Amino acid sequence: MTPRLFELMLKAAGTTVVISVASIGIGLLIGILVCAARLSPRPWLRWPAGLFVSFFRGVPLLVQLLLIYNLLPAIGLTVPSVVAALIGLSLCTAAYQAENLRGGFTSVPRGLLEAADMVGLSPWQQFRRIRAPIALRLTVPALVNEAILILKASSLISVVGVIELTRTAQNLAASTYEPLLFYAVAGGLYLAINWLVAAGGSLAERALRRGRLA
Amino acid sequence: MTLPSSAIAIRGLCKSYGKAEVLHDIDLEIARGATTCLIGPSGSGKSTLLRCIAFLEEATRGTILINGQPLGFEEQPDGKRVRVPAHQIRRVRSGIGMVFQQFNLWPHMTALGNVTEALVTVNGLSRAEAEARGMAQLRRVGLEARARHYPSELSGGQQQRVAIARALALEPKILLFDEPTASLDPELTGEVLNVMRDLGADGMTMVVVTHEIGFAATVGRRIVFLDHGRVLLNGTPGELFAAPRHPRLTQFLETYLDRGAAMLLKPA
Repeated sequence: MTPRLFELMLKAAGTTVVISVASIGIGLLIGILVCAARLSPRPWLRWPAGLFVSFFRGVPLLVQLLLIYNLLPAIGLTVPSVVAALIGLSLCTAAYQAENLRGGFTSVPRGLLEAADMVGLSPWQQFRRIRAPIALRLTVPALVNEAILILKASSLISVVGVIELTRTAQNLAASTYEPLLFYAVAGGLYLAINWLVAAGGSLAERALRRGRLA
Repeated sequence: MTLPSSAIAIRGLCKSYGKAEVLHDIDLEIARGATTCLIGPSGSGKSTLLRCIAFLEEATRGTILINGQPLGFEEQPDGKRVRVPAHQIRRVRSGIGMVFQQFNLWPHMTALGNVTEALVTVNGLSRAEAEARGMAQLRRVGLEARARHYPSELSGGQQQRVAIARALALEPKILLFDEPTASLDPELTGEVLNVMRDLGADGMTMVVVTHEIGFAATVGRRIVFLDHGRVLLNGTPGELFAAPRHPRLTQFLETYLDRGAAMLLKPA
């Protein structure tokens, strides 16, 4: 493999990382809203949020991406394929992250909130100061897991025309007749990226360990 | 306005869970500036009664006055019971501190953070001012050296003392304790009881649900013995524990010989 081709692979890995990280970030924000809606006492918030989660967890990501890519032009929106990919990945991970967060929120012991009640924290203050920080700490391992899953699942966005790591490897394998080499390099790059993500997760967990639920 | 003579006045309080009635028509006055101990067998309703006083449980019927002010429900002249607005519940409850069996410290905050949280978030004190007051409360329970520790780094007895400091920081008129030593090892029980004893000596109004019969007999000014959701006995330790004793109380004390009840049962 020439240095120029390796550089192409690295650039493609960069695309994979940028799109995945952006999706996870956007997905976390949407996930927080969906989770809040699912935990709401109001049925008209709970019900659509439940529907959102079952749809994006129940339909294969590949189908979701193809649906979004073809749906947007059908309703008169022309968007670059990168945007379509970003929307698909973000909505999909949002559904999973909403469920992870919901698990975190429902694991906050009731007694901690009763203690907050007794010192006069309002419901919103309790959410901001007690429930959310504890729930987020409980969710960190699941969040790292989800980040790794999305990094790998991002190989699917080539179907809507985004030239990311897997597609680049395919192209170079076809043009050089060296499939084994390029797929091995692609695999190695995915492994390296995910190793970094996992290491970052361990660091975050260690930093939060002192404040863990006893 | 003159303060009513009792810190807490409970009138006709009933509490049911579905069909099961756990508190039957409780009438009880809790004296100001004294320690009142609620004792009784498991399932007698003593913790439920305490949680009703804190308004963590809503009574099915009856009213509770805290320093003369209704908490949760108010009786109207025509006898109808109505819920008071949430801001009023918060105001009346701000005069009450609560200490739980499971401590319920917030795990993501240090000891000092737990104590200062409400001072900053609810009362709007500056961080410096809140920390000065928080440190004073931690000193009172003997834990200023542990201020920067997280709950997971403290022993059970230390955690409970931080929880007491957290309740004290808001300068409540009344402190409620729900079996404060029940989840502690015996060797850690003493340090918590000592802090409570000091508070009692300082004239704090305390209501303590406890299985520590020895503590109840020595620190409690009043003892309330609950049985099957009713107040069976209510008096000074002298009145209750001296012979002739109520047969249900004797039966109860016999199951608590190792909690300091032995000395009460000894023939004088």
